[in-house]
Amino acid sequence: MKEAMEKPSSQVKAKVVARDFRLYYGDFMALKGLNAAFPDRSITAIIGPSGCGKSTFLRSINRMNDLIKGTRVEGEILYEGKNVYDPSVDLTWLRSRIGMVFQRPVAFPLSIYDNVACAPRVQGITKKSELDEIVEWSLRSVGLWDEVKDDLKKSALGLSLGNQQKLCIARAISTNPEVILLDEPASALDPIATLKLEDLMWTLREKYCLVIVTHNMQQAARASDYTVFMLGGEIVEVGPTRQVFTNPKDPRTERYITGKLG
Amino acid sequence: MSRKERIAEAILTVVGLSSVAVLALIIFFIFREGAPFFAEVGLADFLGSTRWSPGKGHFGILPMIAGSFFVTLGALVVGVPLGLGCALYLSEFAPKRTAAVLKPLVEILAGIPSVVFGFIGLTVIVPLIRDHLGGPGFSVLASSLVLGVMILPTMVSITYDALRAVPQAYREGMLAVGADKWQTVTSVVLPAARSGILAAGILSMGRAVGETMAVIMVAGNATIIPTSLLDPVRTLTSNIALEMGYASGLHRQALFATGVVLFVVIGALNILARSFVRNRVR
Repeated sequence: MKEAMEKPSSQVKAKVVARDFRLYYGDFMALKGLNAAFPDRSITAIIGPSGCGKSTFLRSINRMNDLIKGTRVEGEILYEGKNVYDPSVDLTWLRSRIGMVFQRPVAFPLSIYDNVACAPRVQGITKKSELDEIVEWSLRSVGLWDEVKDDLKKSALGLSLGNQQKLCIARAISTNPEVILLDEPASALDPIATLKLEDLMWTLREKYCLVIVTHNMQQAARASDYTVFMLGGEIVEVGPTRQVFTNPKDPRTERYITGKLG
Repeated sequence: MSRKERIAEAILTVVGLSSVAVLALIIFFIFREGAPFFAEVGLADFLGSTRWSPGKGHFGILPMIAGSFFVTLGALVVGVPLGLGCALYLSEFAPKRTAAVLKPLVEILAGIPSVVFGFIGLTVIVPLIRDHLGGPGFSVLASSLVLGVMILPTMVSITYDALRAVPQAYREGMLAVGADKWQTVTSVVLPAARSGILAAGILSMGRAVGETMAVIMVAGNATIIPTSLLDPVRTLTSNIALEMGYASGLHRQALFATGVVLFVVIGALNILARSFVRNRVR
């Protein structure tokens, strides 16, 4: 384990690997040749100042950047050894395997039940009993079931923001993914809800590969195994979180985590 | 507040209130002219009788109520799916530039005088129906088709606004679980915009109920309750427009009473539509 902590990319089984990954908005190169590996059953935090490309990188993994006109990619992002940008990749499949949770909880103006069930439905599951099972399992996994099991038909918009975010995580895991991408998932939450969310992430860590983008240094320090530090579209440093925070190799990392940069 | 500002505010207040005053005057006038009629003939004979022959003292507007109902229903059957589809295309599927060109074009439809719609109905649709489907051509069907197109601008622009008001995050959230565009639209965008779309439908209905000129030109205007799509009809608005020119006495009052009925129907529709829009904001 100690060995693995030193060199995550080669020795822990990586679920997602970026190889010399570049992304352009038109002529502008936003990601400048990224190399990183995201190990299974662990939490990797991507940190860096605003505009460093951390969200763009995260959204490249499940190809959400495809939605933005004029984006172009070079290099590879491998999931299960396959380049997700390969033309043969089915987006519906990819996004069912790599779930995503957003900055503001995206609770749809639907019932709590449908907020989860809409995801497996997209995968072609329509049988009521099967959907019931998935919804219950997903809500149990995020610790929301006992609280909402009698209100499944009620609008999800009535939930607290913290619970809405949990609901979104339940939706993300309802398609049985292996990777969960979290884009500043706690930035709209109060401190207590934030801590609860971090607890949940530690639980999910036992089954999934979690990648979290955060601008909150404490959060990255306490809630991740590995840290990727980005600056200006490049990865400056990758390593076990403790090492990155206590003994950074690059002076820029040190300046950033001590608050002198960004 | 400076003097100048106070004067400006006073002027604007007067101007603003004047439109409300006009509304109040209209309500007062219609009810004053129509009310004595209700006292004389009675609501049951007015709304419940199928016989309209003012010369002989029969003032049943049931055929006209039925006419307005069927023609409006037909217009909605034609216009709502078309308008919804058009708004969906413009909002969700069309490239931005295409939408920027098409949406104003649809709105221009609203600026075409209704007599022009009637004219086209009269010279194109009525003969087509007469030649291919039978009957006189002047019919429920012809009116529905003409009105269906006339309500499109209302239907399209309000539905479009409702769809655009759906947060982009909902679309992203749905795409992120692997949905394609169509699945995103049906499972999240449409439910989220539901109340706005309902409001669009109801306001379109109000427009269809109130339209007069185009309907007069293609409906045939017989005071019978239609039994087929190809039968001629007379609507409430047509009834007033057709007879006001020569009506007097009780007959004239009956037409104002028809106006009262129309006013109540359209007022109710507007209140209904507003309550839907308000629900959405909450």
